[in-house]
Amino acid sequence: MRNAFADELTKLGDDDERVVMLSGDIGNRLFDKFKDKHPTRFFNCGVAEANMTGLAAGLAMNGLRPVTYTITPFVTTRCLEQIRTDVCYHDVPVTVVAVGAGLAYAGLGPTHHACEDIAFLRALPNLVVISPGDAWEVRAALRAVMKQEHPAYIRMGKKGEPKIHQGPIENFQIGKAITIAEGRDVCLLSHGNMLPEAVEAGKLLEAKGKSARVVSFHTAKPLDEACIAEALNKFKLVVTLEEHSLIGGFGSAVAEWTVDNGCDTRKLMRIGTPDKFFKESGEQEHARERLGLTAHQIADRVIAKLS
Amino acid sequence: MNQISPISRKANTPDVAFLRKQAAELRGEVIGMSHKTGSAHLASCLSCIDILTAAYWHALNIDPAKPTDDGRDRFILSKGHAAMAIYATLAHRGYFPRDLLETYTKDGGKLAEHPPANMLPGIEAATGSLGHGLPIANGHALSAKVKDKGANYRVFALMSDGECNEGSVWEAAMFASAQKLANLCVIVDYNKWQATARSNETLQLSPLREKWESFGWDAYEIDGHDIGAVATALADVPNGSSKPVAFIANTVKGKGVSFMEDDNNWHYRAPTAEEVVKARQELGLS
Repeated sequence: MRNAFADELTKLGDDDERVVMLSGDIGNRLFDKFKDKHPTRFFNCGVAEANMTGLAAGLAMNGLRPVTYTITPFVTTRCLEQIRTDVCYHDVPVTVVAVGAGLAYAGLGPTHHACEDIAFLRALPNLVVISPGDAWEVRAALRAVMKQEHPAYIRMGKKGEPKIHQGPIENFQIGKAITIAEGRDVCLLSHGNMLPEAVEAGKLLEAKGKSARVVSFHTAKPLDEACIAEALNKFKLVVTLEEHSLIGGFGSAVAEWTVDNGCDTRKLMRIGTPDKFFKESGEQEHARERLGLTAHQIADRVIAKLS
Repeated sequence: MNQISPISRKANTPDVAFLRKQAAELRGEVIGMSHKTGSAHLASCLSCIDILTAAYWHALNIDPAKPTDDGRDRFILSKGHAAMAIYATLAHRGYFPRDLLETYTKDGGKLAEHPPANMLPGIEAATGSLGHGLPIANGHALSAKVKDKGANYRVFALMSDGECNEGSVWEAAMFASAQKLANLCVIVDYNKWQATARSNETLQLSPLREKWESFGWDAYEIDGHDIGAVATALADVPNGSSKPVAFIANTVKGKGVSFMEDDNNWHYRAPTAEEVVKARQELGLS
């Protein structure tokens, strides 16, 4: 996803001289193309995220379109107050882009995990929160948020994730979920980098005689309320999937909506990470396996719930 | 990257008598506001009134009728707890009617106890949480370079000494010098007190001028109550070097009222009616 981000941002920068890239001393060589083409609009802000974020707000107040970028915890929770007060309170068009959603950097340890960021950022007024499901969604989401006049948060995986979409998404809309596969028995609402597991889980369910609708529910805020309402109306079971804590994340957002709108909460099942730091070494696949987030484990839990 | 050329200013001598009178009126205004509303931070306002007066009535290139003009000098009150002082300054300078000051802290009003975002002309940034103003000022200063339109505006951030406790201040200081933001100026209102204790006994700031210098700034100590000197110093930014400029303005908390000066109880206390009368007499106000 991160290569798609760097490439798409370069293209956006070609077309719009207001685009300014701010890096928190990360992405060695990743932004070479952007730097070559737009040397006066790339700044390595160092390991100083509070300044980077306040700086971005100041640039945006002057009509520029800054993007802040580093590893998820550092570009979100480290400088949370700057995002809240400088960016969201002033309602200026800063785009915060994070690399390493959830357990994408599992091997780097809990300092680099990000299973709480959506909970923090979803509570901030004026902020759009998007977790793209693949590289094509990264490109489309970046284009969409850079067009608006408000702050946005884009939570990416890392690199090399499978592409789910076949090519550019022409009709991407902030807050409009995308149906990847149709089904009848269960609806899987996947947020962000869980999308490949969701698609795979859908296939496993199919093989076991259960038909699954798979949705890339990329925007945690604002919610696609029509999509949730229709799913709760049509399916016996609606499952939220995310690489984020069950406290305060995407699943929480859907649960809040379900309660607030008097829908049947018994139909809702939430799958995410537990209220614990994951301290074992090992890569993302290992962490997912240990936390019950693989396609097989998801399919098994869904079958158990349906029966 | 284009370099912003130093603004050539007319040898423009500040009218010190006029500035002093203006400052006394602002002091009277904030003392009245604090009394009427029971608001805290009066002493913090009084210590920076001379700096605000020197900036708004002499040094800044501004037009209150065009508060968002691209070419305006930007002034960010990073020590947002001196909100009464910036409100009084902006009202007396013509950014909004003085009547609006009567609505300070009132239910449903626009003048909260810290400056709001996107509500009042002349307020460049909502402040109150310390350590936010300088990073935002960096953004304003850097914009002049990025937009490549020959912009030669200056950006001023007025900070408190207690505010220098915040790590974000020093992140921002290093960024500004690395990027050679010569159009950026920090003024530290160095009144030697923070909310509940002496600044240097809380976190050691001293030697403060040398700190800023070692962070890559041209740093000068000035008397923050020598209104003519402050006016000249601010007008002369940028100073011809490629560095951002820091003025460590030595000030007295509660300046201008004998029984408030250097008494930190006035960080939170509001004056009684009797104290207002006494203070106004000392300030030469009727």
